[in-house]
Amino acid sequence: MQLFPCPFCGPRDETEFHYGGDAGNIRPDGADVPIDRWADYLYLRTNPKGTAREIWVHMTCGEFFVMERDTVSHKVLSSAALGGEHAA
Amino acid sequence: MTASRLATGGSAIDRSHPIRFSFDGATVHGFAGDTIASALLAGDVAVVGRSFKYHRPRGIWGAGVEEPNALVDIGGLRATPNTRATTEPARDGLVARSVNATPSALADRNAFLDRFARFIPAAFYYKTFMWPEWHRFEPRIRAMAGLGKVDADWASPGTADQVNHHCDVLVVGAGPAGLAAARLAADAGLSVTLVDDQQNPGGSLGHRAGEIDGKPAAAWIAETVAALASAGHLILPSTTAFGIYDHNLVGLNQRHFDGRPDTLWRVRPRRIVLATGAIERPLPFANNDLPGILSADAALAYLRRHAVLVGRRIVVATNNDSAYETAGALAEAGAEVRLVDLRRDGTPNAPANVRLIKGRALASASGKLRVDGVTLDDGTKLDADCVLISGGWTPTIHLFGQAKGKLAWSEARAAFLPGDPVDGIAVVGAAAGAVSLSEVFAGAGTAVASLGQTKAALPPRSTGPEATGGITAAWPLPGSKGRIWIDYQNDVTVKDVELAARENFVSVEHLKRYTTLGMATDQGKTSNLPGLALMAGITGRTVPEVGTTTYRPPFTPVPLASFAGARVGELMAPVRRLPLENVHRSSGAVFQEYGGWLRPAHYGGNADSERSIADEARRARQSVALFDGSTLGKIEVIGLQAAAFVDFLYYNTMSTLKPGRCRYGFMLSENGVVFDDGVLVRLDEQRFVVSCSSSHVAAVHARLEEWRQDRFGHGAVYIHNATSDMATLTVSGPNARKLLEMLELGLSLDDADLPHMAIGHGIYAGDEVRIARVSFTGDRSYEISIRADRAEPLWAQLRQAGQTFDAVVIGLEALMILRAEKGFIVIGKDTDGTTLPHDLGVDGPRTKRQTEFVGRRSLFTEEASRDNRMQLVGLTVPQGEAPLPTGAHGIKRIDGRLRSQGFVTSSYQSPTLGRPVALGLIERGAARHGETIDIQHLGKISKATITAPCAFNPAGDRLHA
Amino acid sequence: MTRRYSALSLFKEGLAGQTGWQPAWRSPEPKPSYDAIVIGGGGHGLATAYYLAKNHNIARVAVLEKGWIGGGNTGRNTTVVRSNYYYPESVELYGLAHRLYEGLAKDLNYNVMLSQRGMVNLCHSTAEMEIGARTVNAMQINGIDAELFSPDDVRRVAPIYNFSADARFPVFGGIWQGRAGTARHDAVAWGYARAASRLGVDIIQNCEITDFIIEGGRCRGVQTSRGAIRADRIGMAVAGHSSVLAAKAGFRLPINSYALQACVSEPVKPILDTVVLSPGCGVYVSQSDKGEIVIGGGLDRIPSYAQRGNLPTLETVIAGLLEMFPIFGQLKLMRQWAGIVDVVPDSSPIIGESPLPGLFLNCGWGTGGFKAIPAGGTLLAQLLATGKHNDISRPFDLDRFATGRLIDEAAGSGIAH
Repeated sequence: MQLFPCPFCGPRDETEFHYGGDAGNIRPDGADVPIDRWADYLYLRTNPKGTAREIWVHMTCGEFFVMERDTVSHKVLSSAALGGEHAA
Repeated sequence: MTASRLATGGSAIDRSHPIRFSFDGATVHGFAGDTIASALLAGDVAVVGRSFKYHRPRGIWGAGVEEPNALVDIGGLRATPNTRATTEPARDGLVARSVNATPSALADRNAFLDRFARFIPAAFYYKTFMWPEWHRFEPRIRAMAGLGKVDADWASPGTADQVNHHCDVLVVGAGPAGLAAARLAADAGLSVTLVDDQQNPGGSLGHRAGEIDGKPAAAWIAETVAALASAGHLILPSTTAFGIYDHNLVGLNQRHFDGRPDTLWRVRPRRIVLATGAIERPLPFANNDLPGILSADAALAYLRRHAVLVGRRIVVATNNDSAYETAGALAEAGAEVRLVDLRRDGTPNAPANVRLIKGRALASASGKLRVDGVTLDDGTKLDADCVLISGGWTPTIHLFGQAKGKLAWSEARAAFLPGDPVDGIAVVGAAAGAVSLSEVFAGAGTAVASLGQTKAALPPRSTGPEATGGITAAWPLPGSKGRIWIDYQNDVTVKDVELAARENFVSVEHLKRYTTLGMATDQGKTSNLPGLALMAGITGRTVPEVGTTTYRPPFTPVPLASFAGARVGELMAPVRRLPLENVHRSSGAVFQEYGGWLRPAHYGGNADSERSIADEARRARQSVALFDGSTLGKIEVIGLQAAAFVDFLYYNTMSTLKPGRCRYGFMLSENGVVFDDGVLVRLDEQRFVVSCSSSHVAAVHARLEEWRQDRFGHGAVYIHNATSDMATLTVSGPNARKLLEMLELGLSLDDADLPHMAIGHGIYAGDEVRIARVSFTGDRSYEISIRADRAEPLWAQLRQAGQTFDAVVIGLEALMILRAEKGFIVIGKDTDGTTLPHDLGVDGPRTKRQTEFVGRRSLFTEEASRDNRMQLVGLTVPQGEAPLPTGAHGIKRIDGRLRSQGFVTSSYQSPTLGRPVALGLIERGAARHGETIDIQHLGKISKATITAPCAFNPAGDRLHA
Repeated sequence: MTRRYSALSLFKEGLAGQTGWQPAWRSPEPKPSYDAIVIGGGGHGLATAYYLAKNHNIARVAVLEKGWIGGGNTGRNTTVVRSNYYYPESVELYGLAHRLYEGLAKDLNYNVMLSQRGMVNLCHSTAEMEIGARTVNAMQINGIDAELFSPDDVRRVAPIYNFSADARFPVFGGIWQGRAGTARHDAVAWGYARAASRLGVDIIQNCEITDFIIEGGRCRGVQTSRGAIRADRIGMAVAGHSSVLAAKAGFRLPINSYALQACVSEPVKPILDTVVLSPGCGVYVSQSDKGEIVIGGGLDRIPSYAQRGNLPTLETVIAGLLEMFPIFGQLKLMRQWAGIVDVVPDSSPIIGESPLPGLFLNCGWGTGGFKAIPAGGTLLAQLLATGKHNDISRPFDLDRFATGRLIDEAAGSGIAH
């Protein structure tokens, strides 16, 4: 059982969280976005082995946030609220 | 062997409480405090089971969790197959049977297999049974599988407890190292939890001599335990730490001996001290698997704890000092003891009355169902009724390995020891390679100091005689004569390891998988190291070059029920319930689960449900129907940017909606697929209610939150899920308005004031109600939302008023018929995970909208623009035929090959139309109305004609009638 | 020349003390160059090498394995072989694999113990029965054996299932595939390795890829922990780590890596004959020829490269198992482990040339790669040999994420995404 630090609620069990995707995956708007760019946004993932910067949601409080963690050791490196920025 | 119970002694047993139990049908006598194994030994039962493959006779080897041989099935209420006899307390009346033996361990009818052993070496099955085919052989081989038997009459003793626990320090193991570490940590002000797999603390001190701080070991143990307990620290006996998981969460298996299921503990300590001890290894010699050959340390434990003398004429074979105490104690207890030490020099002196033979090893043992003698490597024969072995000690570093700790090979100790430290974990005592009590205590002091404690007290001091660490490794050697067992339970011998090496299975993981070495229920606690050392010898590598296999949880088998805990039955996956469930039950509702909600399928009880459903659907069209639609989503979207927000979330433009009005629309996923449909209500300029489908409420809410926080920001929009706050009661049918008028809700029901797709606000019994003219039946309908806790009187009054109109209460099944008659879809039933909005005939926003919305770009891919997409259609059958089976496919032939061209998604007999109605997704269906196609279901073919989806009142005037 | 396996050779070796067997595969030093390189010594990689040699006569092939062959997901799965798929594209792919599995033991001269004792996917509601019918009809139309089971049929093949009136997930019926079953997972890797080695393929273990050699915009070889090895055609079949290699080659994939856990009970005498899957309980289960109850469930919910089990998923899965088979409440968990799988948005594999010309992909199998090994090998071998897709692999090309033509079996089950 991993402990994740919700920036609002403090450390909580992993089962309270849901993975939201790569941080910094900016959505391109428009019906005329080049299809490769759209597919890139929609499907391609960095999926790093090691340090990852990800969007998570703490389901019990509903807040999305950015967490950095190691995908091999499962060590959590940092977590921070989205801070009003869009598509962090 | 002629084992026996001594007249006196035995620290663990209570001679005032004799017990009796049965083993393989025979009665065994013992005392409270006996394990099944100690009682069997006391009764001189030599053969306790059969090995997995060759059905060799197996006797008790050890006295603890490492036991590879003595597995029994325990029957009765608490039946557990494959129970280790060495750790299971003997109980009065217990019924135990040997495993893998028919009819008994002593007379197993499959024992003949051993005679064919040379033809069935490791992994032989990969090389044969291919002709004519494996299927011909498998049933007979499969029948041989397994050890114990599942008891068909077993009944659950109740759900297992699960406990979450926090502490500063978790000490695993209450032997000298663990007790010392726990005491030091406690004295330093830390909260301590001390666990041990045995019923009594003390570990090896329970049967080995020791003097600590000038006191006998037993006194020191009692004093330490009392000090910990009185200071409020938690001590859990009979509790095994079976796994270290992510972020150093430790799983504990706590056993109870009062009928309760085991308890699962999830412990989150700040620091972990592993004081898990060490396990004695066998020595390699021919026939070293015979019953009557035991671990020397186990024999000492049985002697001192249970007063069981394991033999009369005993040979003790060793390569280290630890067996000398055993030899001496057995001689003192009256046995004739010959101690055969592999070492020529540097050995301790022979204990009193023990004949010491130095510089010799065992070459072989003899005997059939029990050992009757040994031959030394110089040819000397010694007769014996029991042979005790000490091949050295393997530190129990499983948990350290599970925590990804690296191991370091120690040539001096002939063992892997913990290597580089792991964050938050200290290893002490024999698990860290310590041999003497002085070493153990010094290590405990250092370990506790390393936990960051400044005021650590001084560790205890050993004041008795000290063990020495001298050992001469004695690994199995390639080319050895005879059959030398390495893994007793799985029947892996030296020759099997040699075969694996010969065939290039030299990686330690290949060795394990090819030979099954270490894969038995004991997980190789006695066999892994000898096996890989042999592989090192065969391949000319060092032991650390061969390495170990991965340590995996659990350390010892854990009951499955422990992991399930209370998640049994409905608690395994709770259903959501309606506020009026009890009212519906008293009305004869038959409930079913729909999308996680328990809802009335129909009323009128279980008898003739098809007729009940048809009646409900027919009568709903005739006058008026009442329906509990409380599951309908009610998610409020509030704020300055609420209109822009719903525009982005919906496929349809929603910002043009006027306050007080509703609009039907789709929500798409970013891949363009229709995710949900429903009605959006605009309460006022900055306030909307998302009325999503029942089964999607949580998911829609999550999506709204995600987009709100990601794209709009916290200040722009606020979202509140009010679904369970309010009940929604629906009145539908030609007389719906008339019925509603009888309630005096304080608002005008005039169509000019409350037209279709508008909302009104009223008051019922002092509570606000929201009334929406929204229809899922195609008839005039009113959805009345009211505080959930005030819904019951409203429902009662609706029913009472309904009597005037012959109103009918309908369940979900009738509603499904009504909406299907109209061609109204249910997302996930009439659509699948590829359905785009234009497949459902809603192309406007796709072609016309200029503003951004979720999923937009995906509506213009190559796939989305394909001209043969599956589209929503109605389907009719030739007159007089039964409804199409839902799930039947439209078929066609391309180049002679059968192909699907879509499928039936909804299909019902319409009681109003007097004929079947159906919906489907059919290739290019929108352009094929009137075409008749072949439909296939479970091999049978029928016809259906493609139509528009709406079969009932296509003009739609009943909405206003 | 490797000695042929048969009852007779086993008997003769029995008389000779089993001393006449040769290595199942050779372990040569890597050569500086090959006609083709396959990265990854799991089932798919070894099968690719075998079919390159067998079907295409290209035997100057190296299989480069970071650790020991078969040590990834090939040796960590729950060994189920089936082809009960919905879409024709999937049926072609998994149907090919299933057929090849049926002849594999004889083809490889290695008993992979394909045990076709059938598999039932349970349906727990009327709605699930409707989807079940849709699936069974699709399978029958696509030429795959399937039956729609009634509750009595389910009782016949799995009598110890929880048929009590208060079962959380009552049985309405199920989807039955009689040809489904299990195979011995390690044997598949070893059998392919032995057969490939016999045909001249070099299997190089403990050989980790450190970089790709890229010249003129094409992949020309790899740098490894055992030196540079060159080839103009390189295939990768490194489930779980596809993104890691893709990053070295300079592109991204539509993949997240997740742990998939499995566990086994202690071995017991035969009590469960078929594979049973309950979508409601989220568990699939079978009993091995050794007697262990083999238990699998859903993916972990946290992207990860750590090949280790944990408690949250285990607890969920075991709770589901005991709801299916309350009688297993008397059993104990013996071993728990995890493999890292490639999770793709549509849960279908990716087979085809990568954005780096000369480098071909076999990845994205998610939780179901084992059953596809013979097909994955056949198709990647054809791509490496000819540079062209087989009709069966064409729909699974990486380009489907741009065209939008995904093959999502879950979508076919009516699960809206």
